[in-house]
Amino acid sequence: MSVDAATVKRIGSLARIRIEDSEVSTYQDELNTILGFVEQLSEVDVSGVEPMTSVMPMALRRRDDVVSDGGYPEKIVANAPLSEDNFFMVPKVVE
Amino acid sequence: MSELNKLSIAAARKGLLDKQFSATELTSSYLDAIGAANPSLNAYVAVTGDQALEMAKASDAKLAAGAAGPLEGIPLGVKDLFATKGVHTQAASHILDGFTPEYESSVTANLWRDGALMLGKLNMDEFAMGSSNETSYYGPVVSPFRAEGSNANLVPGGSSGGSAAAVSAWLCAGATATDTGGSIRQPAAFTGTVGMKPTYGRCSRWGTVAFASSLDQAGPIARSVEDAALMMMSMSGFDPKDSTSVDIAVPDFAAAVERGVKGLTIGVPREYRMDGMPDEIETLWQQGIEWLKAEGATFKDISLPHTKYALPAYYIVAPAEASSNLARYDGVKYGLRVSGKDITDMYELTRAAGFGREVKRRIMIGTYVLSAGYYDAYYLQAQKVRTLIKRDFEEAFNAGVDTILTPATPSAAFGIGDEAMAADPVKMYLNDVFTVTVNMAGLPGIAVPAGKDGKGLPLGLQLIGKPFDEETLFAAGRVIERSAAMDFSPKAWW
Repeated sequence: MSVDAATVKRIGSLARIRIEDSEVSTYQDELNTILGFVEQLSEVDVSGVEPMTSVMPMALRRRDDVVSDGGYPEKIVANAPLSEDNFFMVPKVVE
Repeated sequence: MSELNKLSIAAARKGLLDKQFSATELTSSYLDAIGAANPSLNAYVAVTGDQALEMAKASDAKLAAGAAGPLEGIPLGVKDLFATKGVHTQAASHILDGFTPEYESSVTANLWRDGALMLGKLNMDEFAMGSSNETSYYGPVVSPFRAEGSNANLVPGGSSGGSAAAVSAWLCAGATATDTGGSIRQPAAFTGTVGMKPTYGRCSRWGTVAFASSLDQAGPIARSVEDAALMMMSMSGFDPKDSTSVDIAVPDFAAAVERGVKGLTIGVPREYRMDGMPDEIETLWQQGIEWLKAEGATFKDISLPHTKYALPAYYIVAPAEASSNLARYDGVKYGLRVSGKDITDMYELTRAAGFGREVKRRIMIGTYVLSAGYYDAYYLQAQKVRTLIKRDFEEAFNAGVDTILTPATPSAAFGIGDEAMAADPVKMYLNDVFTVTVNMAGLPGIAVPAGKDGKGLPLGLQLIGKPFDEETLFAAGRVIERSAAMDFSPKAWW
């Protein structure tokens, strides 16, 4: 499988990274090099093999369903590039 | 007293307890060394001198009161990936410009609880993606080592290149680091230092900027096996805030260091003998076998048949997880924002400007392999191969192998701006060929300096252990360190 220029643009938009026209061919080459490298995985016989889902065998811990943290909105927005009254500010999304 | 900064953690601790010098004097000696070296080495991206001296003062009070913690007054460097409250934490990325967390990572909190103090934040590859520390927004770290008869700057390895360079050049007594595919062990091997990647789940990931969550693990880089063990004892431990943190007791790692290897069975995997591997790496490996044999270990040839698939599987799993983890950097909650005509435009421009090339490349790969229609062919296949890689190790351990000896890296350090690696990302990725299997299987691994190449550059050996058996790695690592009996300190040129 190899990616074409349109796919590079489409991945960029899925990843929310602006890819300028001048960058497309470089990305295309690099992605195809990496995809070519990982292609060898297809030769491994994985029939009957379960995908690895946890590194160490352990049951997922659960905690009580209670509020255990929070109540400090000013800390949450302290690093925001733009905030007002403890809200994150973004460009208008609803007309 | 001069050159306090050259003491080991163990010796500095003794000196502090015996009142030969104060934590303030020790800290000042490190701050002086940083001031002199950092313009050349670029190991620190932020130096927190005032905070370090304040912490040292508190340590001196505790030492005087006989209430010293296990690492009381020991000055450490912290990789820029760990959240440190109120202090520069940017994963060496432009996109986290100005980020100062409101909280402290669990690993660093554990170290401060035990009396250690912070000298500053250490340079690294951006978001820990790299093997040479050249992808940092703050520029490359320069290795304290140079080839004999050469003035050319070499890489310290990566991604924990700042940690490795700072430890090696005596700019901290030890450093925190992280390892996703080899990022502790490869830079340790390049700089003649000791690097331990613990078992997945041994150190909490809470408060550490995430790269690939199923692979990331924190660990120490130090100047000796004993120092690494001392740091590990403080860094490790169960943390309810990390759902993959494992609830088991932290052993007395320091007590295991001098345990020796008598009666151990050590595996030598034939698949690690790569085509085109330099003779000096092969010789080093043989030398390691001889040293461990002389101390009473038995050797066994083993096979880990899926080794060659670890790196390609890694370059699916790690970018896939990274593309998800790095989705949070969008110009809204923290860091850089580049304005656009609407919100999508803002996201795209912010991420295009904020991430470096290697990070963007990996996000793109991750997004592609997770996208509709490709998930089974790439990600699912890679996770199945990962099961097979883990099974290879399990079979070796079940057959009576206690630990596995391999080279740490396929070569010594290379030059900054190496053209072959810049032209082909896969060439750079091959640096991690011996270390990445360990992350894929979640096992512990240690890199110990064991020899030098023809140009006097350090080379390391790696030991791979059973889950949660870091103690055997410290014991066997110490035998290599003691048998090599070489001086791995750089000749100061900076």
